Amino acid sequence: MRILLVEDDPTVRAFVLKGLREAGHVVDEADNGKDGLFLAVSENYDVVILDRMLPGGIDGLRILETLRGQKNATPVLLLSALADVDERVAGLKAGGDDYMTKPFAFSELLARVEALGRRGRPESAPQTRLVVGDLEMDLLSRTVKRGGEKIDLQPREFRLLEFLIRHAGQVVTRTMLLERVWDYHFDPQTNVIDVHVSRLRQKVDKPFDKPMIHTIRNAGYILRAD
Amino acid sequence: MFRRKVRRLGRFLKRRLRWPIRSAGLNFALAYGLVFVISAGAFLSFIWWNTTGQLDSQVEIAVQVDAVDLSHRWAQGGPSALSLAIQDRLDQNVDDDELYLLVGPDGRKFAGNLPGWPVVITRLDTFYELAIKRDGFRTNAKMHAYPLTQGFRMIVGRDVRGRQLVRHVLTDTLIWAWIMVTLLAAGGALAIRRIFRQVVHSIARTTAAVAQGDLSQRIPLTGNETDLVGQTVNTMLERINRLMDGVKQVSNAIAHDLRTPIARARARLEDANRTATSAEELHAAIDRAVMDLDRVTSIFEALLRIAQLEAGARRAAFTVLDIRPLLEGLSELYEASVEDAGLRLDFRAGAVQPVNGDPHLLQQAVANLLDNAIKFAPPGTTITLSVDMQGERLAITVADQGPGMSEDDLGRASERFFRAETARNTPGAGLGLSLVQAVMSLHGGALELKAGEVQTGQPGLTATLLLPVVPAVSKKG
Repeated sequence: MRILLVEDDPTVRAFVLKGLREAGHVVDEADNGKDGLFLAVSENYDVVILDRMLPGGIDGLRILETLRGQKNATPVLLLSALADVDERVAGLKAGGDDYMTKPFAFSELLARVEALGRRGRPESAPQTRLVVGDLEMDLLSRTVKRGGEKIDLQPREFRLLEFLIRHAGQVVTRTMLLERVWDYHFDPQTNVIDVHVSRLRQKVDKPFDKPMIHTIRNAGYILRAD
Repeated sequence: MFRRKVRRLGRFLKRRLRWPIRSAGLNFALAYGLVFVISAGAFLSFIWWNTTGQLDSQVEIAVQVDAVDLSHRWAQGGPSALSLAIQDRLDQNVDDDELYLLVGPDGRKFAGNLPGWPVVITRLDTFYELAIKRDGFRTNAKMHAYPLTQGFRMIVGRDVRGRQLVRHVLTDTLIWAWIMVTLLAAGGALAIRRIFRQVVHSIARTTAAVAQGDLSQRIPLTGNETDLVGQTVNTMLERINRLMDGVKQVSNAIAHDLRTPIARARARLEDANRTATSAEELHAAIDRAVMDLDRVTSIFEALLRIAQLEAGARRAAFTVLDIRPLLEGLSELYEASVEDAGLRLDFRAGAVQPVNGDPHLLQQAVANLLDNAIKFAPPGTTITLSVDMQGERLAITVADQGPGMSEDDLGRASERFFRAETARNTPGAGLGLSLVQAVMSLHGGALELKAGEVQTGQPGLTATLLLPVVPAVSKKG
């Protein structure tokens, strides 16, 4: 993916830049709002990572508003030291697709950026069937089969699996699952998500030879065909 | 052109004529003195005017009565009878203040004690006040001329030297009285200014001491009207004191609870840097240090969120909502982890009215209570999540069968960073209930904690969130 990173703090910028490049992405960088805005409007990116507060008069929100004003729908992930929920709402209202507060774990950032990059790609037609390896999901009849064998799932387990399949091959974090599958925006102290995933595994992986849902240490989960 | 000049002059005057005294005490005193002096002046002037006027009118009435009487004599007996009457009166007049003159048509004097007809007196319908010479004295007289038949004319008057004397004495007395009053007013004004300053100084001294940092100072109450101010300021100081204590307590706690994980992370990193022999060891140490730092971040975030909630600035996301689906969702989310911990989650919902609140915050509050219950309940027990009406309020209850809490701990449970002795070994920072408490205050609700009875074999902790409901019928207009 082509990614633009606009961040003024050199340490954070270098850290993110290195990580994204290691993950195989092509990354352009800017350390101020002016350059960032110029790159964002003149080049074509799959994802833009914007720091909320930038030096030089043009901050992240201004860049975002300008982009959206020009009908540019590039997915934008906002980074901010402002953890305030209202700030988050303001960021999403201005047209941001995701919002992360500093400090953050790189794995979380990478997972979210990759999820955004995939969302940016236009889908040809609304899908009714999702297939990964020998796992199939029929969204109309709401049935799941693996190797032709039917798997019974609770509605919430179905939504969890659907999310994993839609992001197959990508790491999804616990926070992403909590936000996207359950629509909760808080930080549970207990391992609620892990328990739900392990239950899903009981049904999707246990009866079969090869597990498809894998745990990525310090990051989250990934659903893979191989 | 001219108008502009006038306007400029007006502005100039306004600027120049601004009241120059800034001191409130002095202005107060001046206003008092001024009012006193003006009212005394008005009062004394009235006395003077009234008294002298009275004297004047008395003289005029006496003269007129005299004239009427004499006219009767004239009508009865002509010049001779009138002359006799005048002579009689003059003889009987002990005070020697009556003045008469009767002249004939040719101006010849028939009777009376005036030497001759004064030139000034030409009109016969008004009083004259003139200086005349009588028996070698100069004196003032008030006189009226009257026409008689056959061309005769008569003057009746009074010597008013005595009355003038009275008027002088009165004027002097009143002026002196006014001067005395003015002096008294000035004295009173000064006294008032002093009292005023004293009152203000007493408050200013205390507040200055407080501003210097001595928060134990209080304004002495003296029993007068300024006590109202004093009491208000004292109450304010009490509140500031309490807030300061709170801040101190929290900053101590922050210093301890944030410093500990930071110190741990630092120690791990330093130790790994010095002694790690393999890359794996190094990675493990760094991972653990990152976890410690994440813990610092989460404590930080929780603290900020509590502070924000306590500031009461987060009502933007408030909406009227039905609590039941919200709790059903949470129950569904938590059921798995509850069962995973060997517990049972029992969800009960009665018929409830909607509440006005922030769904995310309420979810967070209930989730914190569920987290606590899972953390402390022993395996094999049941956690009950229920919602029902409790009087006029909606009650969300999370009850566990864990060890419960002692009375002392219950009172302190929602303090920031408070952790009961028995909870020392479980993970957590002691902020969960503080956050719940903050969410409840924002919603105008309350958090109630109740420990189960150990004797009745029902241990555990029951946490109840009480929320005000939206009135069932809310018709507008």
